[in-house]
Amino acid sequence: MDPAFWHRLQFAFTVTYHYLFPQLTMGLALLIAVMKTLGRRPGGEVWNDAARFWIRIFGINFAMGVVTGLPMEFQFGTNWGGFSRVAGNVIGHTLGMEGLFAFFLESSFLALLVWGEKRLSRTAHWLCSLALFFGSWLSGYLIVATNSFMQHPTGHVVGADGVVRLADFAAFVLNPWAIAAWVHTMMAAVVTGSFVMAAVGAFYLLRGTDAPVVRRFLGLGVTAGLLASLIVAFPTGDHQAKLVARHQPAALAGMEGRFESGPYARITLIGQPDVAKRRIDNPLQVPGMLSFLAFGAFHSDVPGLAAYPPDTWPDNIELLYYAFHVMVGLGTIFIGIMALAALMLVRGKLAGNRPMLWLLMLAFPFPYIATTAGWMTAELGRQPWLIYGLMRTRDGVSPLVHPGSALFTLIGFAGLYLVLGFLFVFLIAREISHGPVAVAQEARYV
Amino acid sequence: MFELWYGIVSVMLAAYVVLDGFDLGAGALHLLVARNDRERRTVLAAIGPFWDANEVWLLAAGGALFVAFPRALSAGLSGFYLAIFLVLWSLILRGVAIEFRSHVGDRLWRGFWDVVFSIASALLPVLFGAALGNLIRGVPLTHDGWFQLTLFTTFQPHDPVGTLDWYTVLAGVFSLVTLTGHGALYLFWRASGPVGERARLMGTRLYILLAVLWPVTTLATAAVNHDLLAVLPHRPLALVGLVLALAGMVGVFVSGARKSAGAAFIASSAFITGMLVATAGCLYPVMLRSTTDPALSITAQNAGASPAGLHTALGWWVIGFPIVIGYFVLLFRLHRSKAVAAEDGEGY
Repeated sequence: MDPAFWHRLQFAFTVTYHYLFPQLTMGLALLIAVMKTLGRRPGGEVWNDAARFWIRIFGINFAMGVVTGLPMEFQFGTNWGGFSRVAGNVIGHTLGMEGLFAFFLESSFLALLVWGEKRLSRTAHWLCSLALFFGSWLSGYLIVATNSFMQHPTGHVVGADGVVRLADFAAFVLNPWAIAAWVHTMMAAVVTGSFVMAAVGAFYLLRGTDAPVVRRFLGLGVTAGLLASLIVAFPTGDHQAKLVARHQPAALAGMEGRFESGPYARITLIGQPDVAKRRIDNPLQVPGMLSFLAFGAFHSDVPGLAAYPPDTWPDNIELLYYAFHVMVGLGTIFIGIMALAALMLVRGKLAGNRPMLWLLMLAFPFPYIATTAGWMTAELGRQPWLIYGLMRTRDGVSPLVHPGSALFTLIGFAGLYLVLGFLFVFLIAREISHGPVAVAQEARYV
Repeated sequence: MFELWYGIVSVMLAAYVVLDGFDLGAGALHLLVARNDRERRTVLAAIGPFWDANEVWLLAAGGALFVAFPRALSAGLSGFYLAIFLVLWSLILRGVAIEFRSHVGDRLWRGFWDVVFSIASALLPVLFGAALGNLIRGVPLTHDGWFQLTLFTTFQPHDPVGTLDWYTVLAGVFSLVTLTGHGALYLFWRASGPVGERARLMGTRLYILLAVLWPVTTLATAAVNHDLLAVLPHRPLALVGLVLALAGMVGVFVSGARKSAGAAFIASSAFITGMLVATAGCLYPVMLRSTTDPALSITAQNAGASPAGLHTALGWWVIGFPIVIGYFVLLFRLHRSKAVAAEDGEGY
């Protein structure tokens, strides 16, 4: 077996699980900041009440994000020592800045946001919500910038010893790939946050718990959900795909299950890739569309996998293909759902439309699936490279750590995270069962 | 530049030990100093606003180590593989225990998390102390600059070494006694009611134990790593650290007798800082000591990243560090009165 296998599976499992939490945190951070800002207007008290409910959910979710994030930082050293030794001089900058500029900000103000409303002045509590928004989105940028160096390295030089060194700080931190991926990722986080918010609003209405705050959940959730779903697809998703087409052509071919090269490339809407026979079974395709989306003209040549040596192909083309298609398919459906809901909202008919409320309530898991599929697309498409074109994944593992040790710790994480998952669902369900009108918290410890 | 970054990493690690040390120590002790739910909530109220920010020092110090000495970070974390995951799982369980405990009023729920919180909080200082013990004793580095240790071998501090042997366990116990004493003095300072008074007694007793353990551990260190103490007279900074540690220990007893809580906590912080300064001052420039051949040791010079990269990192570090100090000043100012247990549903 590939000695890197358990290391890869452990990182994939722990990072996938971890990202279930920050995506809601980042999405809610924006929505809470919006609610706290609206709550400052005369007569805006109901927005403050709405924010209070979501800050409780935010606090529990944030705690899960913090504790599941710790192993991510450490695994660079424990499991990916080869990578850290080669690239630490570069990616250490973004990871170090994340600690100094984002984590301290978030951790200092989280307890004040969650428990400090009565103690702090209105302005101070509002500033806490802005601090959490700024901190969590900055953290998001620095992590995406770290990943973007692996996707599309910029601002570095490679030494004779194979070690990658920082040459141009600005070119590294302002990697065009990072800026595009960050906007796309943050908007996807807002999609998750707004679908969850709308689902909770729909849940209360369907249960017959109508209150002004519940209408605000639904209104803000649907409005932000529609805007974010649109931006995720266009321009950010489109731009991201064009970057992949230009810089990772083998990844694009894998995402589309495209084996032969040529102009007027067809986009596959539905179909199953058969890698051994190098074809798509049961395809439903649109001619020329892939050429147009990737390069802006129908006659553009889009290379297929056959144009590249097989040892530079992504190593799991089936999973890459499905991850990409699940992401794009769900993203399209999100626009449809939210556009329909927004239309009803504008006409004042949403709160009374039970089928639509059912749809919104049941839709909230799907943004989580879409973001997971999105990251799988990015990371599987990058294979077999750890740093695209510079370092292969198999060369990045810690050379002396036994695969058995990695399997052992993977099993440990699986067990621990299963228990944490049950606890999390239990606590969130409990918060929701307390009803939408939360009591203002008084932090007695201050 | 390598010397400066060695100093920066040491300062950030010392900040971690002093700051997270008090909430780890308070957590390890809280079943003893807090006997009912209200008292336990007082302990949580005293550390609740701080623990997460304190813990970030570990990540931030790791980030500084990553950018400045990638070879040391990758060799160290991968070499202590299993021990690192024990640390991670303890940190996860501890964070969850603090954040989830008070959400549910049920006795079984709270009792369960109280025990998880104590065990994880006690295990972490032992592991951190053992880690420092490993750095002092040394590890079997290969010519490529890697090593791999099992959790334990023969419990002897010579080859084939394991992460745990009698010396590193002794270092772990020393660390546990130090940080529980430190945590007790923090609670003496910050917790109201009977918790504060019990913590004062506990803190003084732990420091008496520490006064006995200190020479014992020093003798053991001399036996395991002779060079470390041999260089002490030639390292002015290490001597300053030693004086600071001595003054801190005396200060703990004096201010404990005078029931001057804030001074006792500051004295305890001085003891820890002094010990770490003395250790780092003597270890420099070694980061990972080789047990086989001194030439294989990973040092600040041979592990250092490119000077240009370190220069750039210094640029953002000098901006970020004062901001972080500002956050902590703000936190301590906002929470300057004694901690009182929060009402149910209104705090930790």
